Amino acid sequence: MGLFSMTKTVLKSLFKKPATIRYPAEPAKRFEGTRGQMEIDIDKCIFCGLCSKHCPADAITVNKNERTWSINRLWCICCNSCAENCNKDAIYQTNVYHAPIVAGETDVDVYQGKPVEEKPAAAEEKAA
Amino acid sequence: MAGRIVVPFGPQHPVLPEPIHLDLVLEDERVVEAIPSIGYVHRGLEKLVEKRDFKDFVYIAERICGICSFTHSVGYCKAIEAIMDLQVPERAQYLRTIWSEYSRLHSHLLWLGLYADAMGFENLFMNAWRIRETILDAMEETTGGRVIQGVCKVGGVRRDISDAKLKEMTAKLDSIGGEIEDLCHVFFDDASVKHRSVGVGMLSKEDAHKLGAVGPVAKGSGIALDLRQTGYSAYGSLDFKPIVETGCDCYSRCIVRAKELAQSVDLIKQAAANIPAGDIEVKVKGNPDGEYFSRVEQPRGECIHYVKANGSKNILRERVRTPSSANIPPLVKMLEGCQMADVPVIVLSIDPCIGCAER
Ligand code: SF4
Ligand code: SF4
Repeated sequence: MGLFSMTKTVLKSLFKKPATIRYPAEPAKRFEGTRGQMEIDIDKCIFCGLCSKHCPADAITVNKNERTWSINRLWCICCNSCAENCNKDAIYQTNVYHAPIVAGETDVDVYQGKPVEEKPAAAEEKAA
Repeated sequence: MAGRIVVPFGPQHPVLPEPIHLDLVLEDERVVEAIPSIGYVHRGLEKLVEKRDFKDFVYIAERICGICSFTHSVGYCKAIEAIMDLQVPERAQYLRTIWSEYSRLHSHLLWLGLYADAMGFENLFMNAWRIRETILDAMEETTGGRVIQGVCKVGGVRRDISDAKLKEMTAKLDSIGGEIEDLCHVFFDDASVKHRSVGVGMLSKEDAHKLGAVGPVAKGSGIALDLRQTGYSAYGSLDFKPIVETGCDCYSRCIVRAKELAQSVDLIKQAAANIPAGDIEVKVKGNPDGEYFSRVEQPRGECIHYVKANGSKNILRERVRTPSSANIPPLVKMLEGCQMADVPVIVLSIDPCIGCAER
């Protein structure tokens, strides 16, 4: 009735385990398909810049001359667009979230590619 | 006549999930006029469309709102698909429907919790959110995101759900069905809920129509306006009727949302039972050229995505009309003549989502 409408739920809840997890003592829930932070296999990367062109958050900077690929972890929205657009399958998504970081200090991860071998044809590959 | 005073309400207020500012003109404890102002969370997302590839803009369209995100991406993709004349595979349409209904479940459970919180009914609030957690888990498992799903794309969807997983999902919905029923029962019958919401924030059917109310606000005032009836995605092949209440008060709006929970569960089950096998996307070639007005039903009501493109990879103009901006004029009407203490409940009853109203 009007006044005791919660009683059933209350009684049921008394005999149930808590609905919350005691994080960080217990690990947080994680699913296989969770969209977490992006990782790069820098040896596969040809620095074509396609990923940075398709990044909706402008999080990726590719420098072809210096052969660096960098990502701003705070800007990245984990959409997986870069991985889908990379022709070399260099980028992949993991199901872990990035650890807390500070803007302007530890937020940009820079990956340095191996120096160029004398085969300019590969580097010349055009972005579609 | 008593002297008039103006009390500012918001943008920061314990009951408001998002920043809207209302100047309440009071005569004693009675509100004679409410003057709304927005503009605290404008992000310029509509402008961004000119700088992004039309396929990449889906991720941004989705981020217009943090609650009805999936429906925004469906609305945007629907517009592009109509311009480009793409035939989205049936399976993708069904998956879109399933995820849309999941977002409706999660949005309504969130709202029911917030509404209970606005009334000061804290354990009801926690209870609604506990159920919501299982919905979010199912979404994270199937799409990869809890509230920003990111699975809709131009031409289809990005992930599939296996038939075994679909069975598991419907079984899970069955198992929480009892809990949802218990929760709705509290909203339907509880004396304190009724005391705080029956007869509060009246909006007559004529006013709702005249002021352009959408979604549960319109449905709570007796207008059967439900865009899902236009049959986009797979709604055309599913059986449902819009839920309408005629009380015209906060209680009716609450009942509409509570009843929509059961309706969404039913729609998901229907879709899971009838989903055809097949592809989940079509290849998109070329660029859109033309314009389209796409309308979809969000948890909060009708959402419009207008897209104009000129054959380049960037779109010329995208205009979004979200349900919350449509519901602000009815809100102002509801607030006229109410008691000061009822203002939080009335404001919450339109389910204000200011982030998406301002974009
Ligand atoms: S698209 Fe792939 S290959 Fe090209 S720069 Fe990005 S990671 Fe490297
Ligand atoms: S996941 Fe999305 S936001 Fe993050 S770097 Fe890739 S494209 Fe950019």
